[in-house]
Amino acid sequence: MGASGTALETSDSATSDSATSDPRAPESRTPASARRQRQAGQGSWWNGLPGLVYLVALVLLPLFIILVYSFLSRAKLGVGVKWQFTLTPYTELLYSESLSGGRSFDPTYLQIIANSFWYALITSVVCLVLAIPIAMWLATRPPERRTALVFAVTIPFWTSLLIRTYSFIIILNDNGPINGALRGIGLIDEPISMLYTPFATVVGLVYTFLPFMILPIYASAERFDFRLAEAAYDLGAGKWTVLRRVVLPSVRPGVIAGLVLVFIPALGSYLAPELLGGGKSSMIANVIAAQFGASRNWPFGAALSVLLLVITLLVLIIFAIVAKRASRAAGRGGWEALL
Amino acid sequence: MTELDAPAGATTRRGTARRARRGVGAGLRDFPTFRAVSYLVFAFLYLPLVFVVAYSFNSNRVVSVWRGFTFSWYAEVLGNDDIQRALINSLRIAFIATIVSVILATGLAIGLLTMARAGRTFAWTLIGAPLIIPEIVFAIGTLALFVQSRVPLGVNAITLAHIAFCIPFALLPIRARLRGVDPAVYEAAADLGANEWTIFRRITMPLLAPGIVAGALLAFIISLDDFIVSYFLAGPGGTTLPVYIFGMIRNAITPGVNALSTLMLVASILIVSLSYLLTRKRR
Repeated sequence: MGASGTALETSDSATSDSATSDPRAPESRTPASARRQRQAGQGSWWNGLPGLVYLVALVLLPLFIILVYSFLSRAKLGVGVKWQFTLTPYTELLYSESLSGGRSFDPTYLQIIANSFWYALITSVVCLVLAIPIAMWLATRPPERRTALVFAVTIPFWTSLLIRTYSFIIILNDNGPINGALRGIGLIDEPISMLYTPFATVVGLVYTFLPFMILPIYASAERFDFRLAEAAYDLGAGKWTVLRRVVLPSVRPGVIAGLVLVFIPALGSYLAPELLGGGKSSMIANVIAAQFGASRNWPFGAALSVLLLVITLLVLIIFAIVAKRASRAAGRGGWEALL
Repeated sequence: MTELDAPAGATTRRGTARRARRGVGAGLRDFPTFRAVSYLVFAFLYLPLVFVVAYSFNSNRVVSVWRGFTFSWYAEVLGNDDIQRALINSLRIAFIATIVSVILATGLAIGLLTMARAGRTFAWTLIGAPLIIPEIVFAIGTLALFVQSRVPLGVNAITLAHIAFCIPFALLPIRARLRGVDPAVYEAAADLGANEWTIFRRITMPLLAPGIVAGALLAFIISLDDFIVSYFLAGPGGTTLPVYIFGMIRNAITPGVNALSTLMLVASILIVSLSYLLTRKRR
């Protein structure tokens, strides 16, 4: 999972600003004012109350508990916490405590945070490079085939993330089909070790999040007026100039939305580094999981979670500033196109 | 139509004919290499799944070295008691999570229509939160909540957590249906003397039904396929199918993993296709 919540929200308010601007939403033809009025039989806001209460209890409350835990002490046996205020979980991010009690600077966790950023960034860029051609290609297919093709892009998303990630263990291992094929054509004698490397982690991440880049860019490209491109050709521009100067600027909202939808969940990924990285490319999520598992340091795991949440929010805010319209496109092309 | 399916290396003559048929300048819409890249991306999206399925029929114990064709891994997997228990856990969790999340999501979809602006913003933030919060944080947060409030870990704990992140998936198709309803039908029903409950039962529900079924199907696969949250909340007795598969991957990968994975892939793809057909037909 993992993608844009604010995208959902803004896409909702967007329909009231521009009720008919989205050609794929004929339902929005009803004037916003008519829909919002309290009418007989339409139900009322309290129908949503049980759902809201549930989400407060099982989404908001867990986050609050994590925040509280991050300021508490480590329990003796490791499971749970000791109710004693401390800032140690946060100082542990930068310093390690030796047995004698002395503190020394320890870049281990900074390195892991930096790694996570680096992997998420590479993943976003690779997804972008792959997604622009296919999004443009999809947008130029005849409408009746377009829907089926877009659905084909989303299908892998609906299959188990665990199985999708696992499939790369089969593909990338020393005896796997890639090494087999390379050996078969005589390109290599010894297998190339690809599994349990940062490379494998990034491949897994790209595979997981590629649909999140394709869909919003496609949503933007679908609305692109190709007469603009034709005008540019008439004025003597070549294919690549048209792509760079006319097409790409118009799909920019989709690109930015795609970057949000890929970068954020990639940053918090657990399975790809866990299964494919082989401990050599741990990301923040793996360290968090370890604190709640073998390392038995819940407050430190909570502090790392708070850090991850703060980073997620900051990235969202930065992207929101970069392009206000992007989140709207994310709503249309991301989750709404998926569902 | 078939001309459109022509691969990148189609002859120029066919290419010209295609362009002519699609109108003057239509060929200008195609950028060089984009078609080829698209085919490669589709291959990239599907080949990993194809390999899992193909190797599930491999008679060799070494997973990715092909020896011969066999169905024996399926027999072994389906006859395994632990896997059967995990399957029952998974199905039980998915069924209950689906029913509860669909009821809550239907209420939310209806409630959102008449909520004040501030309430709507708050509601959407809450609904979207499970999608944007890193899943590991959601998992350990729920774990902390349950340990703190002494809720025993296991099947019930997993169900409670699954309901929360199934809500957004159940909600969107229901909401799409609801927004397509012309408010005049409610007025008409009210004018003809129907009360609120009758309108809900006889008008709203039948109109929403396809959205509700589509939402339920999506919630069901999201719950069935979830690994991370289930893994942290499983406790000793709450092993679900994905948690079991993770254990198999961790300990010793046999083609049995592929057989089990193939069954899960087939289930997911069938369910999502059904949901797709239900929602797309009317658009």
